[in-house]
This record gives sequence, C-alpha cells and structure tokens, in this order.
Amino acid sequence: MNIIALLIPIALLLGLVGLTAFFWALKSGQFDDPEGAAQRVLLDDDLDEMGPKE
Amino acid sequence: MGGVTSENWDTSAAFVTNDDDGLSHIDLLVGGIHCPKCIRDIEGGLSAKDGVRNARVNFTTNRLHVAWDETRINSNDIVGAVTALGFEATPIDASGDRSPDQEEARKLLIALAVAGFAAANVMLLSVSVWAGAEMGEATRTMLHWISAAIALPAVVFSGRPFFTSAWKAFKSGRLNMDVPISLAVILASAMSVFETRAGGEHAYFDAAVMLLFFLLIGRYLDLRMRVRARSAANDLMALQKVTAHLIVEDGSTTPVPVSTVRPGDILFVAQGERVPVDGTVESGQSELDVSLLTGETLPTMATKGAEVFAGAINLAAAIRVRAEKTSDNSVLAEIVRLMENAEQGRARFVRLADRAASVYVPTVHTLAALTFASWWIFGTGGWTNAATNAIAVLIITCPCALGLAVPVVQVVASGLLFRRGILTKSSDGLERLAEIDTVVFDKTGTLTEGRPKLIAGQDINAADIALAASLARASRHPLSRALTAAAPDGPTADCVAETPGFGLEWHGPDGAVRLGNRAWVGVAATDGAPELELWLRRADGTTTRFAFEDALRSDAAETITKLKAMGLSVSLLSGDRAQAVDAAANAAGIDAFKAHCLPTDKIAELERLKMEGAKVLMIGDGLNDAPSLAAAYASISPASAADISQTAADFVFQGERLASIVTAIRVARTARSLVFQNFGLAVLYNMIAVPLAVAGLVTPLIAALAMSGSSIVVTLNALRLNLINRAKRS
Repeated sequence: MNIIALLIPIALLLGLVGLTAFFWALKSGQFDDPEGAAQRVLLDDDLDEMGPKE
Repeated sequence: MGGVTSENWDTSAAFVTNDDDGLSHIDLLVGGIHCPKCIRDIEGGLSAKDGVRNARVNFTTNRLHVAWDETRINSNDIVGAVTALGFEATPIDASGDRSPDQEEARKLLIALAVAGFAAANVMLLSVSVWAGAEMGEATRTMLHWISAAIALPAVVFSGRPFFTSAWKAFKSGRLNMDVPISLAVILASAMSVFETRAGGEHAYFDAAVMLLFFLLIGRYLDLRMRVRARSAANDLMALQKVTAHLIVEDGSTTPVPVSTVRPGDILFVAQGERVPVDGTVESGQSELDVSLLTGETLPTMATKGAEVFAGAINLAAAIRVRAEKTSDNSVLAEIVRLMENAEQGRARFVRLADRAASVYVPTVHTLAALTFASWWIFGTGGWTNAATNAIAVLIITCPCALGLAVPVVQVVASGLLFRRGILTKSSDGLERLAEIDTVVFDKTGTLTEGRPKLIAGQDINAADIALAASLARASRHPLSRALTAAAPDGPTADCVAETPGFGLEWHGPDGAVRLGNRAWVGVAATDGAPELELWLRRADGTTTRFAFEDALRSDAAETITKLKAMGLSVSLLSGDRAQAVDAAANAAGIDAFKAHCLPTDKIAELERLKMEGAKVLMIGDGLNDAPSLAAAYASISPASAADISQTAADFVFQGERLASIVTAIRVARTARSLVFQNFGLAVLYNMIAVPLAVAGLVTPLIAALAMSGSSIVVTLNALRLNLINRAKRS
C-alpha cells in the first residue's frame, strides 16, 4: 500500500503540469486566433522573411 | 476632436498608439480575408515596407495589428498599402477591444481548467475508494483528506462566478439558478469535511468539483456565444464611421470624421459617395439614391437649395453641400434613436433557461427543506442524518443538465446557421425566432432585388439595347445600370453629357442621341402612373421605350409559400408607391400589404400587431427599416442591407436567396424543441434520482454517475441537431 504515497503525488504532479501548460498557452496568446493558426499551417516557408514577432 | 477643421487631418492617426520603444501601433478591421494567401499577402506586403516592424493578421477576428517606426512611414501609408492590396481596412480602437465580456470569458476558461484539473484528480481518488471494498478506515480517511486538499481550493476558486451571481440575486430578493448551485456546492463541501473528520464513509468532494466543471462548460459556451454576437455587432458599428470631405478656405478638401462636421461647413460629396450629414445643396446638381432611407426605387433630384439627408448616395455628379445639422442630429441619428427606444422593449424578453429556473429553484428548495424536516421528525439519525439527506437532495437536483441544456443547443444551432451563411447576432435571437407567428417583409431590397431590371421579352431589338447601353455606361443612375446589365459587353460612348433629372446625351457621327425620361426625348406625357421607363431617341428622331421593374428575388414566391405552409402569416410594409407595392405583393403571393410607410408608420403597425398578440419577425434592409427591425420580436436582414439595419437585426444572411429565412426559422424551431427535450430529460432524471435522495439512498457513487450521465445525455441530444438537418437536406 505504500506505493500510493508515491503514485498520488505523481498523479497530482502530472495534472499540475497539464494545467500549467494550459495557462501558459492561454497567456501566450495561443487561443487568440485559432482559425488563423489552422490556415497558417498551409503557408509555406516564407514566414521566416517576416521577421520575429516582438 | 472638436477643433479639428483645417489641418491636414490624418483619418487613421486618431487610432495610433505609441509604446515606450518608440514604435507606433494600430489595429485595423480588415474585410475580405478568407484564405492563407490573404494572410501572406497582407503580412508580406506590409513587412516589405520600409519602417514596418511587425504585421500580424488575426484570422478569427479579421483584425490586423501593425507596429512601425513613425519616422519612416505613417499610418495613412499603412492603411493605403492594405487597401492597395485589395482589402478594405478600417482603423478601430483596440483599447475597447478587450470588452468586459471577453475578460469574463477568459476568467471562466481559467476557472474551467482548474475545475477540470480538480475533478479529474479527485475522481481518481474517489474511484479507488469506491473500488477498494477491503480498504481500511484509515486509508479511506487519508484519501478523503487528500481529496479535500484538492477540492476545497478548487471550489473556492472556480465557484466564484456562481457564488457572486447567487449573492447578488439573493441580496436583491430574487432566486436564480446560481442559488441552488452555490448552496449545493458549498453544503456538499462542508458536509464532506464534516464526514471526513468523523471518519465517515461518504464524502462528496468529487460531486462538488464535477458539478462546477459541468456547469462552467455550460456557462462558458453561453458567454462565448454572447461575445461573438456582440463583436459581430461592434464590427458593423466600426465600419459605419465614415469621413466627410470638408472644403477649406483655399478651396481644397480635407477628410474629417463625420462627428466633427458643424452646421455651416461646406462639404464636397463626390459622385458615388454617401451624403455625410443633413444639409442643403450649395452648388451643383445631381440625383440622389434615397432607397435606403425611404425605400423608393428611383432617385430624387438635388439642385441648388434642395434638402439632402445623411445616408443618401450621390449618383450623377459631384455636389457641394452646406451642413445644416451635426451628425448626431441628422435623420440618420433620428433613426438610431427610434431604434434604441424600440430595443428597450425587447430587453424584457426572459430567456428559456431563466423561465425554467423560476419554476425549478423554489421546487428544489422546498423539496430539500421537506426532506430535512421529515427525516428530523420521523427519522432515527437525528439532525445530522436529516441534514445529510437534505444536502444529498440539493446535490442530486443541482441543475447540471439544465445548465448545459440551453447553451449546448444554441452553440450547435448557431454554428449550423453560420455554415449556411446566416450570422447569429444576438444571443437570445434563436429563442425568439422560434416563437414567431407573423412575418413582415420590407419590399425594396428585401423581397425584391432592390435594383431595377430591364423587363425581358419586350419588343426591342438588340441594336437599340446596344446603342442605349453604350450611353448608359457613362452613368450611375439605377436605370442606366439596369440597361448596362442587359448588355454587359460593349463600348462606352465618349463625351456623354448627363443632365441630372432628365437623361444623357451623346453627339454621334449622325447627330445627337438622347437617353432619358419622356420630357428629355420630347415624347408627350400620357396619363397613368409613372412607371420605371427610359426613352431612347436616335439621331433620326425615332424613339424606343425601355420598361423596367424591380424584380422579386428569384425564390421570393416560393419562400412565401413555404412560410405560409409553416403556419406563419405574411405581410408587406413598404415606403414605396402603392402601385409598386401592390404589384410586388401580388407576384409574391402576399395578401396583406401597406404602402407609403414612414419608419414611424412601420413601428406603429408592428405595435398594432403586438397588441393583437402576434410575435413578429421583421425582415428588412433599409435605414428606414432599422427601427422596426429593433422593435420586432425577432429580425433578419440581408448582408446587402444598410450597416445600421444589420446592426439592429438578430440575424444577417448572405447571398441572394430568401430561402435562408426558412432555414433560420427551421433551425430555431428544431433548436427550441431540442431544448425542451433536454428539459424533459432533466426532469426525467430528477424523477428517478430525487426519490432516492429523499429516501437517503444516494451514495457519492450514485451522485457522480447520475450527474455526469445526465450531462452527457443532454449534450449528445443537442448534437443531434446536426444529424436532423443533414437528413432533411439529403
């Protein structure tokens, strides 16, 4: 039974990692333009020429 | 902004913001972005310009954000560059962009994520408790404490949207759906802590967080729908802001925002432009298209001293207009005010979910109270046991399915309409549209195509049409355009002189050729109502008559038949001449019609229908329809409508076909019946679960299964909307 002392923290940690990842995505604007992201996939390599996003 | 009159006022400069790094930023609403290539064209085209640091298109919202170095390029060049690429660009104020609604949506999403995280982890522990029959009390209690450690912070954090709303309702003496939700969540958590301390078997931490999770999904969908509807409306408003061309002392013109125009200012109105404010013609003469204002098909004359109204389109030649009123005193603004007044009546509409809540909430609370009282008086377990059972009733009746029943259906329905080219602009529009029993059409531009068409099958030879069309190409008059449309290819006669109010003249090799009204070609006026007609007089003096009609939309009659078959009564209200209205009504198969209607007449007619108990769907496109669109129970306008009418309408449909109206009503009705089915499912679920709870038989396992089960059933039922419509189509 001692194994749950290990398993529960691991489960919680994994959950927290997911939650943090979601918050990060939300904060860094990944959900601001979902349709645009879908369309941009179709663009070719020339995105590099547009310079870095500041 | 009031003092800006003579400097070279840069129309987009007002929207520019500067940051600390010395860069300037602007947000533009860009029309016409529909593919990856558009994104690349705009971003690539702007980035190639000297001084532009960053250009980013947001495809979802049709916005473009540009950052640049003001010393090397200015905002006008940037707007110009986007326009040159073939996209319409309107500067918008992005600071107001993050509306309170959007901020709330973000908060809800975060709350939803936290609730989801907590629900998943608590459920993990709960499942082991349910499965571990041989588990000792110590292990179980430990697992409960861990659940509490996860659930309690999550409840405090994610439950806030419900708690604050419930508290507000409670303070103002009302009951809404959030009251039982908050009670259930708080009491479930509190009781579980109590149970865990006593080493008891049943803890409801999983139920509490799962409730929040499901309800937050419903809440989030509902809000997102509202945000979308509102941003569609805001975009239309942004496009409405136009500029006027002010004539300054030295005779040159400078663009200024319409809001800064003051009475006495002299404005230049080019051919093809809209008159910005009410005024009188100072010099020049032209013809004005007032169809959006009054519904009349034919343009009116504007000579020196004539009154002109904001919104009219200048067709023939450039004129100078002396402003008589400010933009917020114009006829246009008057219409906006009428519209706002009308809208207040509509705010009284109570949404289905709220109507359900007003029955549901008191019932649930009474049930819980009765359960508590009965167990205390007749039961054996004392007040703790009575409280446990009463709380179980509250948990099990918590309107989880009800909270999802409406929003899920609405989201599916509006998505379905969107794919058919119908934009849902108000969040409760679908509910209202499903209840209508009367349809009122406007004529010009709604039932008809809004532009005259040469009547086919007339005894006119092709050479005459070709000759007339070669003159007509030089003019923007609606009848000239109709002629051109009848003979799409061909030369344009050069040096055509247009005399507004009469017609066109061209000096050909054989002499003068004239195209215009009877007086212009010297044909005596005959009795009878004026029809839509043009006369051609050739160089040899012979004349030919062209007759026109404002044709009905291709599927108008069919649509009216379908609407009638759906049990709706159909009528027609128009500002046009009686004869034209009569003809259109007959052709479309509408029995009830009224001509010569002013905007106020239309509203009065709608009021009369309302008094008779009718729920009216108004369909219109003109500025003169905007107030009645706002006053009606529900409203639809075509995408070709005046901006302000699109703003007032609940739905906007793309394309030429009126069949969209039938589709919209069908989807709305199906959505409504699905909502009722969902309510039915929720009631059924309660009929099974509540007796168990009252009897004290609900364990946390049953509560969890019942709640998630009912939510999933309701969601799946809503998704059926897609299937139903697919079946109907094939």
